[in-house]
Amino acid sequence: MTATPTAAAPFTTVIGLEVHVQLQTRTKLFCGCSTTFGAPPNTHVCPTCLGLPGSLPVMNRTAFELAVRAALALGCKIAPFTKWDRKNYFYPDLPKGYQISQFDLPFSSEGALEVVDPKGALSRNVRITRVHLEEDAGKSMHDEAAGTGDTRIDLNRAGTPLCEIVTEPDLRSPQEARAWLNELKLLLVYLGVSDCNMQEGSLRVDANVNLHIPCDGGRIAKTPIVEIKNMNSFRSVERALVYEVARQYEEWQATKAEMGKTPKQTRGWDDPAGVTRAQRHKEESSDYRYFPEPDLVPVTVSDEWLAATRDAMGDPPSVLREKLAATWKIPPYDADVLVNQGHELVAYFQDLAERVGEGKVASNWMQQDVLRTLNERGGSIDAFPVRPATVADIIGRVAKGDFDTSRAREIFAEVLASGRTVDDVVASMGIAAVDDDELISLCRELLAENPRVVADVKGGKEQAAAGLIGQAKKKNPNVNPGKVRAMCLDLIRRM
Amino acid sequence: MQPSDMSAVDLVTAVRQGDLTALRATEVFLERIERLDGQINAFLAVDREGALRTAAAIDAKRKAGKPLGPLAGLPVAVKDALCTSDLPTTCASKMLAGFRPPYDAEVVARLRAADAVIVGKTNMDEFAMGGSNENSAFGPVHNPWDLTRAPGGSSGGSAACVAADMAPVAIGSDTGGSIRQPAGLCGITGLKPTYGRVSRRGLVAFASSLDQIGPMARSAADCALLLETIAGHDPGDATSLDLPVPAYGTDLERPLEGVRIGRVPAHFGAGLDPEVAHAVEEAFAAFRAAGATIIDIDMPHADAGVATYYLVAPCEASSNLARYDGAHYGHRAEPGGHRAEPGGAPASGGGFESALVEMYCRSRAEGFGPEVKRRIMLGTYALSAGYYDAYYAKALKVRRLIRQDYLDAFEKVDLIGGPVSATAAFKLGEKSGDPLAMYLVDLYTVCTNLAGVGGISFPCGFTKGGLPIGFQLQAPALAEPLLLRATDRYQHLTDWHRRRPAIAARPR
Ligand SMILES: [Zn+2]
Repeated sequence: MTATPTAAAPFTTVIGLEVHVQLQTRTKLFCGCSTTFGAPPNTHVCPTCLGLPGSLPVMNRTAFELAVRAALALGCKIAPFTKWDRKNYFYPDLPKGYQISQFDLPFSSEGALEVVDPKGALSRNVRITRVHLEEDAGKSMHDEAAGTGDTRIDLNRAGTPLCEIVTEPDLRSPQEARAWLNELKLLLVYLGVSDCNMQEGSLRVDANVNLHIPCDGGRIAKTPIVEIKNMNSFRSVERALVYEVARQYEEWQATKAEMGKTPKQTRGWDDPAGVTRAQRHKEESSDYRYFPEPDLVPVTVSDEWLAATRDAMGDPPSVLREKLAATWKIPPYDADVLVNQGHELVAYFQDLAERVGEGKVASNWMQQDVLRTLNERGGSIDAFPVRPATVADIIGRVAKGDFDTSRAREIFAEVLASGRTVDDVVASMGIAAVDDDELISLCRELLAENPRVVADVKGGKEQAAAGLIGQAKKKNPNVNPGKVRAMCLDLIRRM
Repeated sequence: MQPSDMSAVDLVTAVRQGDLTALRATEVFLERIERLDGQINAFLAVDREGALRTAAAIDAKRKAGKPLGPLAGLPVAVKDALCTSDLPTTCASKMLAGFRPPYDAEVVARLRAADAVIVGKTNMDEFAMGGSNENSAFGPVHNPWDLTRAPGGSSGGSAACVAADMAPVAIGSDTGGSIRQPAGLCGITGLKPTYGRVSRRGLVAFASSLDQIGPMARSAADCALLLETIAGHDPGDATSLDLPVPAYGTDLERPLEGVRIGRVPAHFGAGLDPEVAHAVEEAFAAFRAAGATIIDIDMPHADAGVATYYLVAPCEASSNLARYDGAHYGHRAEPGGHRAEPGGAPASGGGFESALVEMYCRSRAEGFGPEVKRRIMLGTYALSAGYYDAYYAKALKVRRLIRQDYLDAFEKVDLIGGPVSATAAFKLGEKSGDPLAMYLVDLYTVCTNLAGVGGISFPCGFTKGGLPIGFQLQAPALAEPLLLRATDRYQHLTDWHRRRPAIAARPR
């Protein structure tokens, strides 16, 4: 990550993000209509979200609470008094002719969200300028295929609560922007603020980017700020920014155009083509004629309510990572992997760790077995058929010496595949504890068949005994490799 | 006694006691509408079948011994700015011609729940913008006292239908005087309640921070009856007040001893018609005789009221009326011949955008009348970048000063009295060519709305030419009981409110 110009990148990249997040409420921001995604067009509508004459908005308290939760987790100041404003513009998917938003008194401002790479390569504190609430517009679909150029409007989404999070231009690379967005998404999902589903439009990102280029005489040239839109995944955000950084540098070298001399440009990301394209310049500059929304009353936030909201909020991921690492004595990397999977998985891990009594063992099982098979199968951890009690049972038998870890893995896989109990699987796989007499005769057999190994060990090369273990497993898959090794060495010594 | 001569209070009592059927009461008023409204044009829609059906159902309910609502059998005319699911709601605009909302306004729902009989929707200035009812897309209302004169506005149809006994009571709405001024010019009683007292849900918005629905009737007692039904908290209107509704009709008879009424000397300056001034001073004398004390007070910012109002209201209106764009409902311009784009054909996306903008422009150009367009332009201009601070923000500051004037005044007095309008009813067409002269008809009424307090208007005399003169009382927030009581006491001492225009006289 380059924070300062280097030989590789002779400029500093400056990125700020604007993120729109759909809040996870049952109903819309100003009416009782459902926010469920995917309903037939114009079925989740009422006079208010259709903007019919005489209809009035009433604020959804839950939406406000969720938004405050997000702002608190982002370390924002919560305004004791906040109001609504109308943003006026004409478009068919905006049936009132104005959007209810927040202009000069947003409910929160001045926060920060740090993005930390557990491997220590990356760490950046990104300041949040403001977080405000607003209603979404509907969806316009231009029906070019029909040949008529008709436009169809679906107002199911109109009035859905959106939280707009605006950062300061503190990000210094496309990779950092992507990492930060991942952290933001994790945070919002953890707090139950949003499902952050980009496919369903629950999270939308616009990026502002320009370059600071050192020139002769120590002056810094700043390229014109470009706003990039239409990015539908975090990967697209990164790719679009990488493209745009290169494009701006090339353009600067060709034109030496600097910020302020040209108006701010909006470019759309064309994902298949992998390029940003200048968007059609609007004829008039937008004047939204903001003014206070007279149909709604200002919202006042009391200290008591704020404290209660904070208490009910739960830990954000950054705190949870530290807590997991400290409580279970697992490396920060493990804690990061677990927390990044979401709170259901963390709960699974904590249950397992408590049963096993050893965090690192539990964590290893999570990373190597549970997570790997979960990823292969798909679905949520809550629906994962092997529950912590079962995993703990298998781990416990390994500790007792019933079988070794690789055998345990096979048992885990079989329990998962067949849905049978551990006892059943152990029995059907013919796994039974090998008694000492059996072990002695097996080892004797082995030594008789491998005179060279015996000679090597006698000659001081103890590691030659390792060659016996594979053979022992073939004769009886239930033997414990450690025990075989110890027994063989003991027998050779007595020879 | 004919039902059309009865007070609303007596009428509902008669229906409840079985002395009069709701059907008979409704028929009488429907018959009068049929006979008179051709000359007056107070109604944009009359729901003969619906009203008779409702009335019959109320009578059946009574016969079955079921409890009746407080307005059982009372015919009510409703301003066409309130949504009704069974009748078109047009706001007297071509933009909403034939528009039928899928829901009832809260006030309409309350009227129905109280067993009132809605007889029709009344004419008004388009989108409630105007003071003469001449801005209706469906023709002006004629003042029943002189058919060549305006009834005032914007609730001109509601005022005229009560004045001509075509309905015992009506619902109006008041943004800058739209209940009180036509009540004054038509010789009836009209109350603008405190902002938030009556739900605005389903009232087609003109200026949201000023609009308020209120009762219009022949007396304060009848207004009290109606207000008790329509007032009260509505969780569907965030600006509605969550406070109990007093029994407005129970405290009317308490004498006015100790009540202080403010008189603003500046009200009597140039521009006030001498006949009006005289009648208003006589009314003050009557209040004094009734036990009230008259105290001269100053409202230092009142002279900025009209200027402030004509910024705040158009700014809100410009936004409230943006929804009438032809895209979803209401008037949409027919797709005309596509004009060639100057400089060649635009890109395909540009084609959609320019067709859309053209549809917006033409739909709004065709659908709105000139006064509505004027106010949308005023408001759009005043909210625009670079002008906001000089106009809208400044207007809000002055609005606060006006509000403070009222708070200061109500430290010294309980009510503020004065004229409603500078003149009695003016001729139709007299002011329609001069928007500024028309805006000044709101001179005495706009400050009430800017301050969010209540006001009532009632007749206090007649000109030599036989036109009613109105008197206005204003009160602190939520002092409707006092407004109604003072008016009722005045109406016990005088009979101005009992006089009827010749057109309303029973046919031989
Ligand atoms: Zn809705």
